[in-house]
Amino acid sequence: MSGLFSLDAWEKVWVFKETFVIGFLNTITLAFFALILSLILGILFGLMATSEKKGLMILGRIYVEIIQNTPLILQLSFLYYALAFSGNSIGIIPTGIITLGFYHGAYMAEVVRAGIESIPTGQFEAAQSQGFDYIGKMYYIILPQSIKIILPPMVNQIVNLIKNTSCLYIIGGSDLISLTYSFVTGASTGGAYAPAYFLTGILFFIICYPLSSIASVWENSLKMRDQKTIDLPAEGTVNG
Amino acid sequence: MSTLEGSLSILKNPAIIMYLLKGIAFTIVLSVVAVILGILIGSLLALARNYCTSAKTRIFKWLATSYIEIFRNTPLLLWIFICLVFFPVPKALSGPMFGLSSVEVKLLVKASAALILFTSSVIAEIVRGGLNSVAQGQFEAGYSQGFSTIQVMIYIVLPQAYRKIIPTLLSQVITTIKDSSYLANVAVIELMSRVKTLLSSANNYNGTGTVNVSDVFVLFGFAALIYFIINFTLSSSVRYMQKHPRRFF
Repeated sequence: MSGLFSLDAWEKVWVFKETFVIGFLNTITLAFFALILSLILGILFGLMATSEKKGLMILGRIYVEIIQNTPLILQLSFLYYALAFSGNSIGIIPTGIITLGFYHGAYMAEVVRAGIESIPTGQFEAAQSQGFDYIGKMYYIILPQSIKIILPPMVNQIVNLIKNTSCLYIIGGSDLISLTYSFVTGASTGGAYAPAYFLTGILFFIICYPLSSIASVWENSLKMRDQKTIDLPAEGTVNG
Repeated sequence: MSTLEGSLSILKNPAIIMYLLKGIAFTIVLSVVAVILGILIGSLLALARNYCTSAKTRIFKWLATSYIEIFRNTPLLLWIFICLVFFPVPKALSGPMFGLSSVEVKLLVKASAALILFTSSVIAEIVRGGLNSVAQGQFEAGYSQGFSTIQVMIYIVLPQAYRKIIPTLLSQVITTIKDSSYLANVAVIELMSRVKTLLSSANNYNGTGTVNVSDVFVLFGFAALIYFIINFTLSSSVRYMQKHPRRFF
Protein backbone atom coordinates (compact mmCIF):
# COMPACT_ATOMS: atom_id res chain seq x y z
CA MET A 1 0.00 0.00 0.00
CA SER A 2 3.06 2.25 0.06
CA GLY A 3 2.13 3.36 -3.46
CA LEU A 4 -0.77 5.34 -2.03
CA PHE A 5 1.66 7.93 -0.64
CA SER A 6 4.08 7.96 -3.53
CA LEU A 7 4.23 11.41 -5.08
CA ASP A 8 5.34 10.05 -8.46
CA ALA A 9 2.31 7.81 -8.74
CA TRP A 10 -0.07 10.63 -7.89
CA GLU A 11 1.68 12.84 -10.42
CA LYS A 12 1.09 10.17 -13.07
CA VAL A 13 -2.59 10.12 -12.22
CA TRP A 14 -2.70 13.91 -12.40
CA VAL A 15 -1.04 13.96 -15.83
CA PHE A 16 -3.56 11.44 -17.15
CA LYS A 17 -6.54 12.91 -15.29
CA GLU A 18 -8.38 13.08 -18.62
CA THR A 19 -8.72 9.25 -18.53
CA PHE A 20 -10.66 9.39 -15.29
CA VAL A 21 -12.85 12.28 -16.41
CA ILE A 22 -13.77 10.44 -19.62
CA GLY A 23 -14.39 7.20 -17.75
CA PHE A 24 -16.50 8.96 -15.16
CA LEU A 25 -18.61 10.69 -17.81
CA ASN A 26 -19.03 7.43 -19.72
CA THR A 27 -20.17 5.67 -16.58
CA ILE A 28 -22.66 8.44 -15.81
CA THR A 29 -24.03 8.49 -19.37
CA LEU A 30 -24.33 4.72 -19.38
CA ALA A 31 -26.03 4.68 -15.99
CA PHE A 32 -28.41 7.51 -16.97
CA PHE A 33 -29.74 5.93 -20.16
CA ALA A 34 -29.82 2.45 -18.63
CA LEU A 35 -31.81 3.91 -15.72
CA ILE A 36 -34.40 5.42 -18.04
CA LEU A 37 -34.75 2.12 -19.93
CA SER A 38 -35.00 0.16 -16.69
CA LEU A 39 -37.67 2.52 -15.31
CA ILE A 40 -39.77 2.16 -18.44
CA LEU A 41 -39.43 -1.64 -18.40
CA GLY A 42 -39.90 -1.80 -14.64
CA ILE A 43 -43.17 0.15 -14.66
CA LEU A 44 -44.43 -1.74 -17.72
CA PHE A 45 -43.66 -5.21 -16.36
CA GLY A 46 -44.63 -4.25 -12.82
CA LEU A 47 -48.08 -3.26 -14.08
CA MET A 48 -48.25 -6.42 -16.16
CA ALA A 49 -47.47 -8.57 -13.11
CA THR A 50 -50.31 -6.97 -11.15
CA SER A 51 -52.84 -6.97 -14.00
CA GLU A 52 -55.67 -9.47 -13.99
CA LYS A 53 -54.79 -10.87 -17.42
CA LYS A 54 -53.14 -14.27 -17.00
CA GLY A 55 -51.11 -14.03 -20.21
CA LEU A 56 -49.53 -10.71 -19.26
CA MET A 57 -48.76 -11.98 -15.76
CA ILE A 58 -46.99 -15.05 -17.12
CA LEU A 59 -45.03 -12.97 -19.62
CA GLY A 60 -43.91 -10.62 -16.85
CA ARG A 61 -42.96 -13.54 -14.62
CA ILE A 62 -40.85 -15.19 -17.34
CA TYR A 63 -38.98 -11.94 -17.99
CA VAL A 64 -38.24 -11.38 -14.31
CA GLU A 65 -37.19 -14.97 -13.59
CA ILE A 66 -34.90 -15.32 -16.59
CA ILE A 67 -33.16 -12.00 -15.99
CA GLN A 68 -32.88 -12.29 -12.20
CA ASN A 69 -31.54 -15.83 -12.21
CA THR A 70 -28.68 -15.40 -14.66
CA PRO A 71 -25.59 -13.22 -14.17
CA LEU A 72 -25.42 -9.78 -15.73
CA ILE A 73 -21.96 -10.52 -17.14
CA LEU A 74 -23.37 -13.54 -18.98
CA GLN A 75 -26.25 -11.52 -20.45
CA LEU A 76 -23.88 -8.78 -21.52
CA SER A 77 -21.38 -11.11 -23.17
CA PHE A 78 -24.21 -13.03 -24.79
CA LEU A 79 -25.73 -9.95 -26.39
CA TYR A 80 -22.38 -8.48 -27.35
CA TYR A 81 -20.91 -11.60 -28.93
CA ALA A 82 -24.17 -12.65 -30.57
CA LEU A 83 -24.34 -9.24 -32.25
CA ALA A 84 -20.63 -9.19 -33.05
CA PHE A 85 -20.44 -12.66 -34.61
CA SER A 86 -23.57 -12.10 -36.67
CA GLY A 87 -22.09 -8.86 -38.00
CA ASN A 88 -24.59 -6.48 -36.38
CA SER A 89 -22.38 -4.95 -33.70
CA ILE A 90 -23.97 -1.80 -32.25
CA GLY A 91 -21.04 -0.64 -30.14
CA ILE A 92 -20.09 -1.28 -26.56
CA ILE A 93 -21.91 1.56 -24.80
CA PRO A 94 -25.31 0.92 -26.49
CA THR A 95 -24.96 -2.81 -25.77
CA GLY A 96 -24.24 -1.91 -22.15
CA ILE A 97 -27.24 0.41 -21.95
CA ILE A 98 -29.57 -2.27 -23.31
CA THR A 99 -28.25 -5.05 -21.04
CA LEU A 100 -28.13 -2.92 -17.90
CA GLY A 101 -31.57 -1.51 -18.69
CA PHE A 102 -33.10 -4.95 -19.11
CA TYR A 103 -31.27 -6.39 -16.09
CA HIS A 104 -32.32 -3.68 -13.67
CA GLY A 105 -35.71 -3.41 -15.36
CA ALA A 106 -36.47 -6.85 -13.93
CA TYR A 107 -35.57 -5.66 -10.42
CA MET A 108 -37.54 -2.44 -10.87
CA ALA A 109 -40.52 -4.53 -12.01
CA GLU A 110 -40.39 -6.52 -8.78
CA VAL A 111 -40.15 -3.28 -6.77
CA VAL A 112 -43.14 -1.78 -8.59
CA ARG A 113 -45.10 -5.01 -8.19
CA ALA A 114 -44.43 -5.15 -4.44
CA GLY A 115 -45.47 -1.50 -4.14
CA ILE A 116 -48.75 -2.01 -5.97
CA GLU A 117 -49.52 -5.24 -4.12
CA SER A 118 -49.06 -3.48 -0.78
CA ILE A 119 -52.12 -1.31 -1.50
CA PRO A 120 -55.29 -2.85 -0.01
CA THR A 121 -57.79 -4.27 -2.55
CA GLY A 122 -60.42 -1.89 -1.22
CA GLN A 123 -58.56 0.99 -2.86
CA PHE A 124 -58.80 -0.69 -6.28
CA GLU A 125 -62.48 -1.43 -5.80
CA ALA A 126 -63.20 2.07 -4.53
CA ALA A 127 -61.49 3.57 -7.59
CA GLN A 128 -63.44 1.27 -9.88
CA SER A 129 -66.74 2.08 -8.21
CA GLN A 130 -66.05 5.78 -8.80
CA GLY A 131 -65.78 5.10 -12.52
CA PHE A 132 -62.00 5.43 -12.97
CA ASP A 133 -60.61 3.57 -15.95
CA TYR A 134 -57.38 1.53 -15.58
CA ILE A 135 -55.00 4.42 -16.30
CA GLY A 136 -56.92 6.82 -14.09
CA LYS A 137 -57.10 4.29 -11.27
CA MET A 138 -53.37 3.65 -11.37
CA TYR A 139 -52.34 7.26 -11.91
CA TYR A 140 -54.62 9.01 -9.39
CA ILE A 141 -55.24 6.37 -6.73
CA ILE A 142 -52.73 3.52 -6.62
CA LEU A 143 -49.35 4.91 -7.68
CA PRO A 144 -49.42 7.99 -5.40
CA GLN A 145 -49.98 5.66 -2.43
CA SER A 146 -47.41 3.08 -3.41
CA ILE A 147 -44.68 5.52 -4.42
CA LYS A 148 -43.37 5.82 -0.85
CA ILE A 149 -42.99 2.05 -0.66
CA ILE A 150 -41.45 1.89 -4.12
CA LEU A 151 -38.89 4.68 -3.82
CA PRO A 152 -36.37 3.37 -1.23
CA PRO A 153 -35.71 0.00 -2.94
CA MET A 154 -35.72 1.79 -6.28
CA VAL A 155 -32.94 4.10 -5.13
CA ASN A 156 -31.01 1.01 -3.97
CA GLN A 157 -31.42 -0.39 -7.47
CA ILE A 158 -30.01 2.84 -8.91
CA VAL A 159 -26.93 2.40 -6.71
CA ASN A 160 -26.57 -1.18 -7.95
CA LEU A 161 -26.97 -0.02 -11.52
CA ILE A 162 -24.18 2.52 -11.14
CA LYS A 163 -21.91 -0.12 -9.59
CA ASN A 164 -22.80 -2.63 -12.30
CA THR A 165 -21.59 -0.34 -15.09
CA SER A 166 -18.22 -1.91 -14.22
CA CYS A 167 -19.25 -5.16 -15.92
CA LEU A 168 -18.58 -3.50 -19.28
CA TYR A 169 -14.97 -4.38 -18.66
CA ILE A 170 -15.55 -7.92 -19.93
CA ILE A 171 -16.39 -6.69 -23.42
CA GLY A 172 -13.64 -4.07 -23.38
CA GLY A 173 -15.75 -1.12 -22.35
CA SER A 174 -14.78 2.49 -21.79
CA ASP A 175 -16.43 2.99 -18.41
CA LEU A 176 -14.57 4.23 -15.34
CA ILE A 177 -13.38 0.82 -14.11
CA SER A 178 -12.23 -0.40 -17.51
CA LEU A 179 -10.33 2.81 -18.25
CA THR A 180 -8.76 2.74 -14.79
CA TYR A 181 -7.61 -0.81 -15.37
CA SER A 182 -6.11 -0.07 -18.76
CA PHE A 183 -4.47 2.99 -17.19
CA VAL A 184 -2.74 1.02 -14.43
CA THR A 185 -1.69 -1.79 -16.75
CA GLY A 186 -0.83 0.34 -19.79
CA ALA A 187 2.74 0.29 -21.10
CA SER A 188 3.37 4.02 -20.80
CA THR A 189 1.04 4.80 -17.93
CA GLY A 190 1.20 1.68 -15.78
CA GLY A 191 2.18 1.13 -12.19
CA ALA A 192 0.21 3.77 -10.31
CA TYR A 193 -2.16 1.15 -8.86
CA ALA A 194 -2.92 2.59 -5.45
CA PRO A 195 -3.75 6.19 -6.39
CA ALA A 196 -5.72 5.19 -9.47
CA TYR A 197 -7.86 2.63 -7.63
CA PHE A 198 -8.25 5.05 -4.72
CA LEU A 199 -9.49 7.78 -7.04
CA THR A 200 -11.90 5.45 -8.82
CA GLY A 201 -13.22 4.19 -5.51
CA ILE A 202 -13.78 7.75 -4.31
CA LEU A 203 -15.60 8.67 -7.52
CA PHE A 204 -17.99 5.74 -7.13
CA PHE A 205 -18.40 6.41 -3.42
CA ILE A 206 -19.38 10.06 -3.80
CA ILE A 207 -22.25 9.13 -6.12
CA CYS A 208 -23.41 5.95 -4.41
CA TYR A 209 -23.07 6.84 -0.73
CA PRO A 210 -25.55 9.76 -0.70
CA LEU A 211 -28.07 7.70 -2.68
CA SER A 212 -27.87 4.62 -0.47
CA SER A 213 -27.98 6.77 2.69
CA ILE A 214 -31.13 8.52 1.49
CA ALA A 215 -32.66 5.14 0.74
CA SER A 216 -31.92 3.68 4.17
CA VAL A 217 -33.05 6.80 6.08
CA TRP A 218 -36.26 6.75 4.06
CA GLU A 219 -36.79 3.07 4.67
CA ASN A 220 -36.23 3.42 8.41
CA SER A 221 -38.65 6.31 8.76
CA LEU A 222 -41.27 4.25 6.92
CA LYS A 223 -40.64 1.32 9.24
CA MET A 224 -40.92 3.55 12.32
CA ARG A 225 -44.21 4.91 11.06
CA ASP A 226 -45.51 1.40 10.44
CA GLN A 227 -44.51 0.36 13.94
CA LYS A 228 -46.28 3.37 15.42
CA THR A 229 -49.49 2.60 13.57
CA ILE A 230 -49.32 -1.04 14.60
CA ASP A 231 -48.42 -0.32 18.22
CA LEU A 232 -51.09 2.33 18.84
CA PRO A 233 -54.11 0.10 19.52
CA ALA A 234 -51.98 -2.25 21.61
CA GLU A 235 -50.96 0.58 23.92
CA GLY A 236 -54.55 1.41 24.65
CA THR A 237 -55.63 -2.10 25.51
CA VAL A 238 -52.66 -3.80 27.14
CA ASN A 239 -50.57 -2.18 29.81
CA GLY A 240 -46.85 -2.32 28.84
CA MET B 1 -22.34 -29.86 -41.45
CA SER B 2 -24.41 -26.86 -40.43
CA THR B 3 -22.87 -24.39 -37.98
CA LEU B 4 -25.45 -25.18 -35.31
CA GLU B 5 -24.67 -28.89 -35.41
CA GLY B 6 -21.01 -28.01 -35.16
CA SER B 7 -21.66 -25.84 -32.12
CA LEU B 8 -23.74 -28.53 -30.47
CA SER B 9 -20.98 -31.04 -31.06
CA ILE B 10 -18.77 -28.92 -28.77
CA LEU B 11 -21.00 -29.92 -25.88
CA LYS B 12 -20.72 -33.59 -26.85
CA ASN B 13 -16.97 -33.56 -26.31
CA PRO B 14 -16.46 -35.33 -22.95
CA ALA B 15 -13.29 -33.35 -22.17
CA ILE B 16 -15.16 -30.08 -22.60
CA ILE B 17 -18.10 -31.27 -20.50
CA MET B 18 -15.65 -32.23 -17.75
CA TYR B 19 -14.01 -28.81 -18.04
CA LEU B 20 -17.39 -27.07 -17.71
CA LEU B 21 -18.56 -29.31 -14.85
CA LYS B 22 -15.44 -28.37 -12.91
CA GLY B 23 -16.25 -24.74 -13.61
CA ILE B 24 -19.75 -25.24 -12.19
CA ALA B 25 -18.28 -26.93 -9.11
CA PHE B 26 -15.89 -24.01 -8.59
CA THR B 27 -18.76 -21.52 -8.96
CA ILE B 28 -20.86 -23.30 -6.34
CA VAL B 29 -18.04 -23.97 -3.87
CA LEU B 30 -16.75 -20.42 -4.21
CA SER B 31 -20.18 -18.92 -3.60
CA VAL B 32 -20.96 -21.14 -0.62
CA VAL B 33 -17.56 -20.41 0.96
CA ALA B 34 -18.01 -16.69 0.31
CA VAL B 35 -21.43 -16.69 1.95
CA ILE B 36 -20.33 -18.74 4.98
CA LEU B 37 -17.29 -16.56 5.63
CA GLY B 38 -19.48 -13.57 4.81
CA ILE B 39 -21.91 -14.58 7.54
CA LEU B 40 -19.06 -14.87 10.06
CA ILE B 41 -17.43 -11.55 9.20
CA GLY B 42 -20.75 -9.87 8.53
CA SER B 43 -22.16 -10.87 11.92
CA LEU B 44 -19.15 -9.41 13.71
CA LEU B 45 -19.49 -6.21 11.70
CA ALA B 46 -23.22 -6.00 12.36
CA LEU B 47 -22.78 -6.57 16.11
CA ALA B 48 -20.04 -3.93 16.23
CA ARG B 49 -22.09 -1.43 14.27
CA ASN B 50 -25.19 -1.98 16.36
CA TYR B 51 -23.97 -2.44 19.91
CA CYS B 52 -20.51 -0.87 20.32
CA THR B 53 -22.01 2.39 21.50
CA SER B 54 -20.19 3.06 24.76
CA ALA B 55 -17.38 5.60 24.77
CA LYS B 56 -14.69 2.92 24.99
CA THR B 57 -15.93 0.72 22.15
CA ARG B 58 -17.26 3.41 19.83
CA ILE B 59 -14.17 3.09 17.64
CA PHE B 60 -15.32 -0.41 16.60
CA LYS B 61 -18.70 0.95 15.59
CA TRP B 62 -17.01 3.54 13.39
CA LEU B 63 -14.67 1.00 11.86
CA ALA B 64 -17.50 -1.42 11.09
CA THR B 65 -19.69 1.35 9.69
CA SER B 66 -17.00 2.67 7.38
CA TYR B 67 -16.11 -0.85 6.23
CA ILE B 68 -19.73 -1.60 5.40
CA GLU B 69 -20.39 1.72 3.68
CA ILE B 70 -17.16 1.69 1.67
CA PHE B 71 -17.71 -1.81 0.31
CA ARG B 72 -21.41 -1.32 -0.33
CA ASN B 73 -20.89 1.82 -2.36
CA THR B 74 -18.10 0.74 -4.68
CA PRO B 75 -18.19 -1.93 -7.39
CA LEU B 76 -17.03 -5.49 -6.76
CA LEU B 77 -14.80 -5.40 -9.82
CA LEU B 78 -12.78 -2.56 -8.28
CA TRP B 79 -12.11 -4.73 -5.21
CA ILE B 80 -11.15 -7.68 -7.40
CA PHE B 81 -8.58 -5.48 -9.15
CA ILE B 82 -7.36 -4.08 -5.83
CA CYS B 83 -7.00 -7.53 -4.28
CA LEU B 84 -5.14 -8.80 -7.35
CA VAL B 85 -2.42 -6.26 -6.64
CA PHE B 86 -2.46 -5.84 -2.88
CA PHE B 87 -3.91 -8.94 -1.24
CA PRO B 88 -1.14 -11.01 0.36
CA VAL B 89 -1.46 -14.73 -0.38
CA PRO B 90 -0.30 -16.96 2.48
CA LYS B 91 2.33 -19.57 1.57
CA ALA B 92 -0.01 -22.45 2.38
CA LEU B 93 -2.43 -21.28 -0.30
CA SER B 94 0.00 -20.55 -3.11
CA GLY B 95 0.97 -24.04 -4.25
CA PRO B 96 -0.74 -25.98 -7.03
CA MET B 97 -3.98 -27.65 -5.91
CA PHE B 98 -7.42 -28.78 -7.18
CA GLY B 99 -5.75 -29.50 -10.52
CA LEU B 100 -4.81 -25.84 -10.96
CA SER B 101 -1.36 -24.36 -11.45
CA SER B 102 0.08 -22.27 -8.64
CA VAL B 103 -0.50 -19.05 -10.62
CA GLU B 104 -4.16 -19.96 -11.02
CA VAL B 105 -4.47 -20.81 -7.33
CA LYS B 106 -3.01 -17.44 -6.37
CA LEU B 107 -5.44 -15.67 -8.69
CA LEU B 108 -8.28 -17.69 -7.23
CA VAL B 109 -7.33 -16.84 -3.64
CA LYS B 110 -6.98 -13.14 -4.41
CA ALA B 111 -10.20 -12.86 -6.38
CA SER B 112 -12.18 -14.88 -3.86
CA ALA B 113 -10.81 -12.67 -1.09
CA ALA B 114 -12.39 -9.72 -2.89
CA LEU B 115 -15.66 -11.62 -3.24
CA ILE B 116 -15.63 -12.53 0.47
CA LEU B 117 -14.83 -8.98 1.62
CA PHE B 118 -17.56 -7.59 -0.61
CA THR B 119 -20.16 -10.19 0.35
CA SER B 120 -19.49 -9.76 4.06
CA SER B 121 -20.39 -6.07 3.86
CA VAL B 122 -23.73 -6.91 2.25
CA ILE B 123 -24.43 -9.69 4.74
CA ALA B 124 -23.54 -7.36 7.62
CA GLU B 125 -26.47 -5.16 6.65
CA ILE B 126 -28.76 -8.18 6.35
CA VAL B 127 -27.75 -9.42 9.82
CA ARG B 128 -28.24 -5.92 11.19
CA GLY B 129 -31.76 -5.93 9.82
CA GLY B 130 -32.34 -9.20 11.68
CA LEU B 131 -30.84 -7.85 14.91
CA ASN B 132 -32.97 -4.72 14.72
CA SER B 133 -36.10 -6.83 14.39
CA VAL B 134 -35.47 -8.61 17.72
CA ALA B 135 -37.65 -6.92 20.30
CA GLN B 136 -35.96 -4.89 23.06
CA GLY B 137 -37.77 -6.99 25.67
CA GLN B 138 -35.69 -10.02 24.67
CA PHE B 139 -32.51 -8.29 25.86
CA GLU B 140 -34.11 -7.23 29.10
CA ALA B 141 -35.53 -10.69 29.69
CA GLY B 142 -32.08 -12.17 29.13
CA TYR B 143 -30.40 -9.74 31.52
CA SER B 144 -33.07 -10.34 34.17
CA GLN B 145 -32.25 -14.04 34.05
CA GLY B 146 -28.62 -13.28 34.83
CA PHE B 147 -27.18 -13.68 31.33
CA SER B 148 -24.15 -11.55 30.44
CA THR B 149 -24.22 -9.39 27.31
CA ILE B 150 -22.29 -12.00 25.31
CA GLN B 151 -24.55 -14.80 26.50
CA VAL B 152 -27.64 -12.76 25.64
CA MET B 153 -26.23 -12.31 22.14
CA ILE B 154 -25.27 -15.95 21.59
CA TYR B 155 -28.23 -17.70 23.21
CA ILE B 156 -31.11 -15.28 22.77
CA VAL B 157 -30.67 -12.53 20.22
CA LEU B 158 -28.57 -14.03 17.42
CA PRO B 159 -30.63 -17.24 17.01
CA GLN B 160 -33.80 -15.18 16.61
CA ALA B 161 -32.09 -12.76 14.24
CA TYR B 162 -30.68 -15.55 12.05
CA ARG B 163 -34.01 -17.32 11.84
CA LYS B 164 -35.63 -14.14 10.54
CA ILE B 165 -33.04 -13.55 7.84
CA ILE B 166 -32.83 -17.07 6.37
CA PRO B 167 -34.79 -16.11 3.21
CA THR B 168 -32.73 -12.94 2.70
CA LEU B 169 -29.52 -14.92 3.18
CA LEU B 170 -30.62 -17.45 0.58
CA SER B 171 -31.31 -14.60 -1.84
CA GLN B 172 -27.81 -13.42 -1.07
CA VAL B 173 -26.47 -16.83 -2.11
CA ILE B 174 -28.16 -16.26 -5.49
CA THR B 175 -26.57 -12.82 -5.76
CA THR B 176 -23.19 -14.24 -4.82
CA ILE B 177 -23.44 -17.00 -7.43
CA LYS B 178 -24.16 -14.31 -9.99
CA ASP B 179 -21.44 -12.05 -8.60
CA SER B 180 -18.89 -14.85 -8.85
CA SER B 181 -19.15 -14.43 -12.63
CA TYR B 182 -17.26 -11.15 -12.15
CA LEU B 183 -14.25 -13.33 -11.51
CA ALA B 184 -14.35 -14.20 -15.21
CA ASN B 185 -12.84 -10.76 -15.76
CA VAL B 186 -9.56 -11.86 -14.27
CA ALA B 187 -9.62 -15.34 -15.82
CA VAL B 188 -10.33 -17.32 -12.73
CA ILE B 189 -11.63 -20.78 -13.25
CA GLU B 190 -15.36 -20.62 -12.54
CA LEU B 191 -18.14 -21.36 -15.02
CA MET B 192 -18.40 -17.98 -16.74
CA SER B 193 -14.69 -17.65 -17.46
CA ARG B 194 -14.52 -21.20 -18.78
CA VAL B 195 -17.39 -20.57 -21.18
CA LYS B 196 -15.68 -17.42 -22.35
CA THR B 197 -12.42 -19.29 -22.89
CA LEU B 198 -14.25 -21.96 -24.86
CA LEU B 199 -15.93 -19.38 -27.08
CA SER B 200 -12.62 -17.85 -28.09
CA SER B 201 -11.32 -21.25 -29.14
CA ALA B 202 -14.61 -22.63 -30.48
CA ASN B 203 -13.19 -22.80 -34.01
CA ASN B 204 -11.03 -25.74 -32.91
CA TYR B 205 -13.98 -27.80 -31.78
CA ASN B 206 -17.01 -27.05 -33.94
CA GLY B 207 -15.59 -28.47 -37.13
CA THR B 208 -16.11 -25.34 -39.24
CA GLY B 209 -12.81 -23.62 -38.46
CA THR B 210 -14.43 -20.30 -37.48
CA VAL B 211 -16.31 -18.98 -34.47
CA ASN B 212 -19.98 -18.65 -35.42
CA VAL B 213 -23.01 -17.01 -33.88
CA SER B 214 -24.41 -20.44 -33.09
CA ASP B 215 -21.39 -21.07 -30.83
CA VAL B 216 -22.35 -17.99 -28.82
CA PHE B 217 -25.89 -19.27 -28.48
CA VAL B 218 -24.92 -22.81 -27.58
CA LEU B 219 -22.13 -22.02 -25.10
CA PHE B 220 -23.67 -19.02 -23.36
CA GLY B 221 -27.07 -20.66 -23.54
CA PHE B 222 -25.63 -23.67 -21.74
CA ALA B 223 -24.09 -21.47 -19.03
CA ALA B 224 -27.32 -19.48 -18.70
CA LEU B 225 -29.27 -22.71 -18.29
CA ILE B 226 -26.96 -23.91 -15.51
CA TYR B 227 -27.09 -20.61 -13.65
CA PHE B 228 -30.85 -20.51 -14.11
CA ILE B 229 -31.39 -24.02 -12.75
CA ILE B 230 -29.31 -23.33 -9.63
CA ASN B 231 -30.71 -19.88 -8.93
CA PHE B 232 -34.31 -20.65 -9.80
CA THR B 233 -34.31 -23.60 -7.41
CA LEU B 234 -32.97 -21.32 -4.68
CA SER B 235 -35.32 -18.44 -5.39
CA SER B 236 -38.33 -20.77 -5.54
CA SER B 237 -37.45 -22.16 -2.13
CA VAL B 238 -37.06 -18.62 -0.79
CA ARG B 239 -40.52 -17.80 -2.08
CA TYR B 240 -41.94 -20.98 -0.59
CA MET B 241 -40.42 -20.15 2.79
CA GLN B 242 -41.82 -16.64 2.70
CA LYS B 243 -45.26 -17.94 1.83
CA HIS B 244 -45.29 -20.52 4.63
CA PRO B 245 -43.35 -18.83 7.42
CA ARG B 246 -44.95 -20.98 10.13
CA ARG B 247 -43.43 -24.15 8.74
CA PHE B 248 -39.89 -22.80 9.02
CA PHE B 249 -39.73 -20.14 11.70
